[in-house]
Amino acid sequence: MMMESQKKHDHSQCRKLLGSLSAYVDGELDRRLCIELEKHMETCEDCRIVVDTLRKTVYLYHATSQTETIPPDIRTRLYKSLNIEDFLEK
Amino acid sequence: MNGDENKVEAEGFSLEALQAGDPVEFAHLVDAYSSKIYHLAVKMLNHQQDAEDVLQETFLKAYRGLKSFDGRSKISTWLFRIATNEALMVIRRKHPETVSIDEPVETEEGEQDPVQIVDWCCLPEEELLSEESKEKLDAAVQKLPERLRLVFILRDVNDLSTHETADILGLTDTAVKTRLSRARLRLREELSTYFGERKYELEKGQFTEPSDTTQKSLESRVLKPGKESK
Repeated sequence: MMMESQKKHDHSQCRKLLGSLSAYVDGELDRRLCIELEKHMETCEDCRIVVDTLRKTVYLYHATSQTETIPPDIRTRLYKSLNIEDFLEK
Repeated sequence: MNGDENKVEAEGFSLEALQAGDPVEFAHLVDAYSSKIYHLAVKMLNHQQDAEDVLQETFLKAYRGLKSFDGRSKISTWLFRIATNEALMVIRRKHPETVSIDEPVETEEGEQDPVQIVDWCCLPEEELLSEESKEKLDAAVQKLPERLRLVFILRDVNDLSTHETADILGLTDTAVKTRLSRARLRLREELSTYFGERKYELEKGQFTEPSDTTQKSLESRVLKPGKESK
Protein backbone atom coordinates (compact mmCIF):
# COMPACT_ATOMS: atom_id res chain seq x y z
CA MET A 1 0.00 0.00 0.00
CA MET A 2 3.05 2.23 0.15
CA MET A 3 2.72 5.17 -2.18
CA GLU A 4 5.26 5.71 -4.96
CA SER A 5 6.29 9.06 -3.55
CA GLN A 6 6.98 7.50 -0.17
CA LYS A 7 9.34 4.82 -1.37
CA LYS A 8 12.31 7.15 -1.45
CA HIS A 9 11.39 8.71 1.86
CA ASP A 10 13.92 8.32 4.68
CA HIS A 11 11.95 6.63 7.41
CA SER A 12 14.44 7.07 10.23
CA GLN A 13 12.58 10.18 11.39
CA CYS A 14 9.24 8.33 11.24
CA ARG A 15 10.64 5.57 13.45
CA LYS A 16 11.97 8.11 15.89
CA LEU A 17 8.57 9.78 16.19
CA LEU A 18 6.51 6.57 16.34
CA GLY A 19 6.53 6.37 20.14
CA SER A 20 5.19 9.94 20.36
CA LEU A 21 2.07 9.44 18.26
CA SER A 22 -0.12 8.07 21.04
CA ALA A 23 0.60 11.05 23.30
CA TYR A 24 0.06 13.34 20.31
CA VAL A 25 -3.47 12.08 19.61
CA ASP A 26 -4.26 12.58 23.31
CA GLY A 27 -2.95 16.15 23.08
CA GLU A 28 -0.34 15.31 25.71
CA LEU A 29 2.84 15.50 23.70
CA ASP A 30 5.31 18.09 24.88
CA ARG A 31 5.48 21.25 22.81
CA ARG A 32 8.89 20.70 21.29
CA LEU A 33 8.08 17.19 20.03
CA CYS A 34 4.65 18.35 18.93
CA ILE A 35 6.16 21.00 16.67
CA GLU A 36 8.70 18.50 15.35
CA LEU A 37 6.00 15.95 14.56
CA GLU A 38 3.69 18.45 12.88
CA LYS A 39 6.55 19.73 10.76
CA HIS A 40 7.43 16.17 9.82
CA MET A 41 3.84 15.37 8.85
CA GLU A 42 3.79 18.29 6.43
CA THR A 43 6.07 16.29 4.17
CA CYS A 44 5.39 12.73 5.30
CA GLU A 45 2.04 11.48 4.08
CA ASP A 46 2.60 8.05 5.70
CA CYS A 47 2.95 9.51 9.19
CA ARG A 48 -0.07 11.73 8.67
CA ILE A 49 -2.11 8.67 7.75
CA VAL A 50 -0.79 6.72 10.73
CA VAL A 51 -1.71 9.59 13.05
CA ASP A 52 -5.20 9.99 11.54
CA THR A 53 -5.96 6.28 11.65
CA LEU A 54 -4.50 5.99 15.15
CA ARG A 55 -6.80 8.79 16.31
CA LYS A 56 -9.74 7.10 14.61
CA THR A 57 -8.83 3.77 16.22
CA VAL A 58 -8.94 5.32 19.69
CA TYR A 59 -12.21 7.09 18.83
CA LEU A 60 -13.86 3.85 17.66
CA TYR A 61 -13.06 2.04 20.89
CA HIS A 62 -14.39 4.96 22.89
CA ALA A 63 -17.53 5.17 20.79
CA THR A 64 -18.35 1.47 20.93
CA SER A 65 -17.68 1.14 24.66
CA GLN A 66 -20.28 3.82 25.38
CA THR A 67 -23.10 1.77 23.87
CA GLU A 68 -22.29 -1.64 25.32
CA THR A 69 -25.06 -3.22 27.37
CA ILE A 70 -25.16 -6.24 29.62
CA PRO A 71 -27.02 -9.35 28.37
CA PRO A 72 -30.41 -9.47 30.19
CA ASP A 73 -29.94 -13.01 31.57
CA ILE A 74 -26.57 -12.08 33.07
CA ARG A 75 -28.09 -8.95 34.59
CA THR A 76 -30.92 -10.98 36.11
CA ARG A 77 -28.55 -13.52 37.65
CA LEU A 78 -26.38 -10.70 39.01
CA TYR A 79 -29.31 -9.01 40.73
CA LYS A 80 -30.44 -12.33 42.19
CA SER A 81 -26.96 -13.14 43.48
CA LEU A 82 -26.93 -9.77 45.24
CA ASN A 83 -30.48 -10.11 46.61
CA ILE A 84 -31.62 -6.96 44.82
CA GLU A 85 -33.90 -8.62 42.26
CA ASP A 86 -36.76 -6.34 43.39
CA PHE A 87 -34.95 -3.56 41.51
CA LEU A 88 -34.53 -5.41 38.23
CA GLU A 89 -37.16 -3.39 36.42
CA LYS A 90 -35.56 -0.09 37.25
CA MET B 1 -19.59 16.63 54.03
CA ASN B 2 -15.93 16.34 53.13
CA GLY B 3 -14.19 16.47 49.77
CA ASP B 4 -14.11 12.71 49.45
CA GLU B 5 -17.86 12.43 49.72
CA ASN B 6 -18.13 15.06 47.03
CA LYS B 7 -16.17 12.83 44.69
CA VAL B 8 -18.63 9.98 45.14
CA GLU B 9 -21.64 12.25 45.07
CA ALA B 10 -20.39 13.87 41.91
CA GLU B 11 -20.94 10.47 40.34
CA GLY B 12 -24.54 10.57 41.54
CA PHE B 13 -24.36 8.36 44.62
CA SER B 14 -24.80 8.93 48.32
CA LEU B 15 -21.80 7.39 50.07
CA GLU B 16 -23.68 7.59 53.32
CA ALA B 17 -26.60 5.55 51.96
CA LEU B 18 -24.27 3.04 50.32
CA GLN B 19 -22.33 2.55 53.53
CA ALA B 20 -25.55 2.19 55.50
CA GLY B 21 -26.46 -0.74 53.23
CA ASP B 22 -29.39 0.99 51.52
CA PRO B 23 -30.55 -1.53 48.87
CA VAL B 24 -32.02 1.19 46.65
CA GLU B 25 -28.71 3.03 46.45
CA PHE B 26 -26.77 -0.19 45.99
CA ALA B 27 -29.08 -1.24 43.14
CA HIS B 28 -28.49 2.20 41.65
CA LEU B 29 -24.72 1.55 41.78
CA VAL B 30 -25.10 -1.91 40.24
CA ASP B 31 -27.31 -0.51 37.51
CA ALA B 32 -24.80 2.22 36.69
CA TYR B 33 -21.68 0.05 36.45
CA SER B 34 -22.66 -3.59 35.84
CA SER B 35 -22.48 -3.18 32.10
CA LYS B 36 -19.05 -1.55 32.12
CA ILE B 37 -17.68 -4.12 34.56
CA TYR B 38 -19.08 -7.04 32.62
CA HIS B 39 -17.48 -5.78 29.40
CA LEU B 40 -14.22 -5.02 31.17
CA ALA B 41 -14.15 -8.66 32.31
CA VAL B 42 -15.18 -10.04 28.91
CA LYS B 43 -12.43 -8.09 27.18
CA MET B 44 -9.84 -9.11 29.74
CA LEU B 45 -10.81 -12.79 29.82
CA ASN B 46 -12.52 -13.45 26.48
CA HIS B 47 -14.77 -15.91 28.27
CA GLN B 48 -18.40 -15.21 29.07
CA GLN B 49 -18.80 -17.46 32.12
CA ASP B 50 -15.58 -16.26 33.71
CA ALA B 51 -16.65 -12.67 33.03
CA GLU B 52 -20.00 -13.29 34.70
CA ASP B 53 -18.24 -14.77 37.74
CA VAL B 54 -15.97 -11.71 37.91
CA LEU B 55 -19.00 -9.42 37.64
CA GLN B 56 -20.83 -11.10 40.52
CA GLU B 57 -17.72 -11.36 42.68
CA THR B 58 -16.91 -7.69 42.08
CA PHE B 59 -20.26 -6.48 43.39
CA LEU B 60 -20.28 -8.97 46.28
CA LYS B 61 -16.86 -7.71 47.34
CA ALA B 62 -17.94 -4.12 46.81
CA TYR B 63 -21.01 -4.64 48.98
CA ARG B 64 -18.92 -6.15 51.76
CA GLY B 65 -16.17 -3.57 51.37
CA LEU B 66 -18.25 -0.41 51.10
CA LYS B 67 -18.00 0.35 54.79
CA SER B 68 -14.21 0.55 54.50
CA PHE B 69 -14.23 2.40 51.17
CA ASP B 70 -12.36 5.58 52.01
CA GLY B 71 -13.77 7.64 49.15
CA ARG B 72 -10.34 8.81 48.08
CA SER B 73 -10.97 7.59 44.55
CA LYS B 74 -14.10 7.71 42.45
CA ILE B 75 -16.38 4.82 43.27
CA SER B 76 -16.20 3.68 39.64
CA THR B 77 -12.40 3.49 39.85
CA TRP B 78 -12.71 1.49 43.04
CA LEU B 79 -15.10 -0.95 41.33
CA PHE B 80 -12.83 -1.26 38.28
CA ARG B 81 -9.94 -1.98 40.61
CA ILE B 82 -11.84 -4.81 42.30
CA ALA B 83 -12.94 -6.19 38.92
CA THR B 84 -9.42 -6.00 37.47
CA ASN B 85 -7.98 -7.84 40.46
CA GLU B 86 -10.66 -10.50 40.16
CA ALA B 87 -9.95 -10.89 36.45
CA LEU B 88 -6.20 -11.09 37.09
CA MET B 89 -6.81 -13.87 39.60
CA VAL B 90 -8.74 -15.81 36.97
CA ILE B 91 -5.95 -15.26 34.43
CA ARG B 92 -3.29 -16.43 36.87
CA ARG B 93 -5.33 -19.42 37.95
CA LYS B 94 -6.06 -20.54 34.41
CA HIS B 95 -2.69 -19.61 32.93
CA PRO B 96 -0.09 -19.93 35.65
CA GLU B 97 2.55 -19.82 32.96
CA THR B 98 1.49 -16.28 32.02
CA VAL B 99 4.30 -13.80 32.27
CA SER B 100 3.85 -11.38 35.10
CA ILE B 101 1.71 -8.35 34.30
CA ASP B 102 4.25 -6.09 35.94
CA GLU B 103 7.19 -7.39 33.98
CA PRO B 104 9.47 -4.46 33.19
CA VAL B 105 8.56 -2.83 29.92
CA GLU B 106 12.22 -2.81 28.88
CA THR B 107 12.12 -6.54 28.26
CA GLU B 108 9.34 -6.17 25.71
CA GLU B 109 9.86 -5.64 22.05
CA GLY B 110 9.62 -2.03 20.96
CA GLU B 111 7.11 -0.43 18.65
CA GLN B 112 6.53 -2.29 15.45
CA ASP B 113 6.88 -0.21 12.32
CA PRO B 114 3.49 0.56 10.77
CA VAL B 115 2.91 -1.62 7.73
CA GLN B 116 -0.66 -0.76 6.81
CA ILE B 117 -0.59 2.74 5.35
CA VAL B 118 -4.09 3.30 4.11
CA ASP B 119 -6.31 6.19 5.06
CA TRP B 120 -9.65 4.63 6.00
CA CYS B 121 -10.80 7.57 8.15
CA CYS B 122 -13.19 8.68 5.43
CA LEU B 123 -15.31 5.52 5.68
CA PRO B 124 -18.86 6.36 6.74
CA GLU B 125 -19.69 6.08 10.42
CA GLU B 126 -22.24 3.30 9.82
CA GLU B 127 -19.47 1.30 8.20
CA LEU B 128 -16.94 1.99 10.97
CA LEU B 129 -19.47 1.15 13.69
CA SER B 130 -21.27 -1.76 12.00
CA GLU B 131 -21.79 -4.98 13.94
CA GLU B 132 -19.08 -6.63 11.88
CA SER B 133 -16.68 -3.78 12.62
CA LYS B 134 -17.41 -4.12 16.34
CA GLU B 135 -16.50 -7.79 16.14
CA LYS B 136 -13.23 -6.83 14.47
CA LEU B 137 -12.54 -4.29 17.20
CA ASP B 138 -13.07 -6.94 19.88
CA ALA B 139 -11.02 -9.54 18.04
CA ALA B 140 -8.15 -7.09 17.66
CA VAL B 141 -8.10 -6.45 21.41
CA GLN B 142 -7.97 -10.19 22.07
CA LYS B 143 -4.87 -10.46 19.92
CA LEU B 144 -2.94 -8.06 22.13
CA PRO B 145 -0.53 -9.60 24.60
CA GLU B 146 -2.00 -9.49 28.08
CA ARG B 147 0.17 -6.72 29.49
CA LEU B 148 -0.77 -4.42 26.63
CA ARG B 149 -4.40 -5.51 26.63
CA LEU B 150 -5.03 -4.72 30.30
CA VAL B 151 -3.59 -1.23 29.99
CA PHE B 152 -5.55 -0.55 26.83
CA ILE B 153 -8.86 -1.72 28.32
CA LEU B 154 -8.50 0.38 31.46
CA ARG B 155 -7.34 3.49 29.61
CA ASP B 156 -9.27 3.52 26.36
CA VAL B 157 -12.31 1.37 27.06
CA ASN B 158 -12.98 2.19 30.70
CA ASP B 159 -11.61 5.69 30.42
CA LEU B 160 -9.40 5.60 33.51
CA SER B 161 -6.54 8.06 33.80
CA THR B 162 -2.92 7.04 33.30
CA HIS B 163 -2.35 7.31 37.03
CA GLU B 164 -5.43 5.29 37.99
CA THR B 165 -4.41 2.57 35.52
CA ALA B 166 -0.85 2.57 36.86
CA ASP B 167 -2.17 2.30 40.38
CA ILE B 168 -4.49 -0.62 39.63
CA LEU B 169 -1.87 -2.61 37.71
CA GLY B 170 1.08 -1.73 39.93
CA LEU B 171 2.96 -0.02 37.10
CA THR B 172 4.64 3.35 36.74
CA ASP B 173 2.85 6.07 34.78
CA THR B 174 5.60 5.85 32.15
CA ALA B 175 5.06 2.11 31.72
CA VAL B 176 1.32 2.70 31.25
CA LYS B 177 1.98 5.34 28.56
CA THR B 178 4.46 3.11 26.75
CA ARG B 179 2.16 0.10 26.81
CA LEU B 180 -0.85 2.15 25.76
CA SER B 181 1.13 3.51 22.81
CA ARG B 182 2.17 0.00 21.72
CA ALA B 183 -1.33 -1.37 22.18
CA ARG B 184 -2.89 1.42 20.12
CA LEU B 185 -0.35 1.05 17.32
CA ARG B 186 -1.00 -2.68 17.11
CA LEU B 187 -4.75 -2.13 17.09
CA ARG B 188 -4.39 0.52 14.40
CA GLU B 189 -2.49 -2.00 12.33
CA GLU B 190 -5.17 -4.67 12.75
CA LEU B 191 -8.02 -2.28 12.02
CA SER B 192 -6.20 -0.86 9.01
CA THR B 193 -6.03 -4.33 7.48
CA TYR B 194 -9.77 -4.75 7.85
CA PHE B 195 -10.96 -1.22 7.07
CA GLY B 196 -8.42 -0.87 4.27
CA GLU B 197 -9.99 -3.84 2.55
CA ARG B 198 -13.50 -2.55 3.23
CA LYS B 199 -12.51 0.78 1.71
CA TYR B 200 -11.05 -0.92 -1.33
CA GLU B 201 -14.18 -3.01 -1.84
CA LEU B 202 -16.49 -0.03 -1.38
CA GLU B 203 -14.45 2.08 -3.78
CA LYS B 204 -14.64 -0.65 -6.35
CA GLY B 205 -18.35 -0.01 -6.14
CA GLN B 206 -19.22 -3.65 -5.78
CA PHE B 207 -21.23 -3.00 -2.68
CA THR B 208 -23.34 0.09 -2.74
CA GLU B 209 -24.80 -0.31 0.72
CA PRO B 210 -23.98 -2.64 3.60
CA SER B 211 -26.47 -5.38 4.28
CA ASP B 212 -26.30 -8.80 5.87
CA THR B 213 -25.87 -10.43 2.50
CA THR B 214 -23.08 -8.16 1.34
CA GLN B 215 -21.34 -8.37 4.70
CA LYS B 216 -21.28 -12.17 4.49
CA SER B 217 -20.24 -12.12 0.89
CA LEU B 218 -17.43 -9.72 1.71
CA GLU B 219 -16.31 -11.78 4.65
CA SER B 220 -15.82 -14.82 2.48
CA ARG B 221 -13.85 -12.71 0.02
CA VAL B 222 -11.47 -10.76 2.13
CA LEU B 223 -11.03 -12.60 5.39
CA LYS B 224 -8.77 -15.31 4.12
CA PRO B 225 -7.24 -17.69 6.63
CA GLY B 226 -3.82 -16.53 7.69
CA LYS B 227 -4.65 -12.91 7.03
CA GLU B 228 -5.10 -12.33 10.74
CA SER B 229 -1.85 -13.90 11.89
CA LYS B 230 1.15 -11.79 12.58
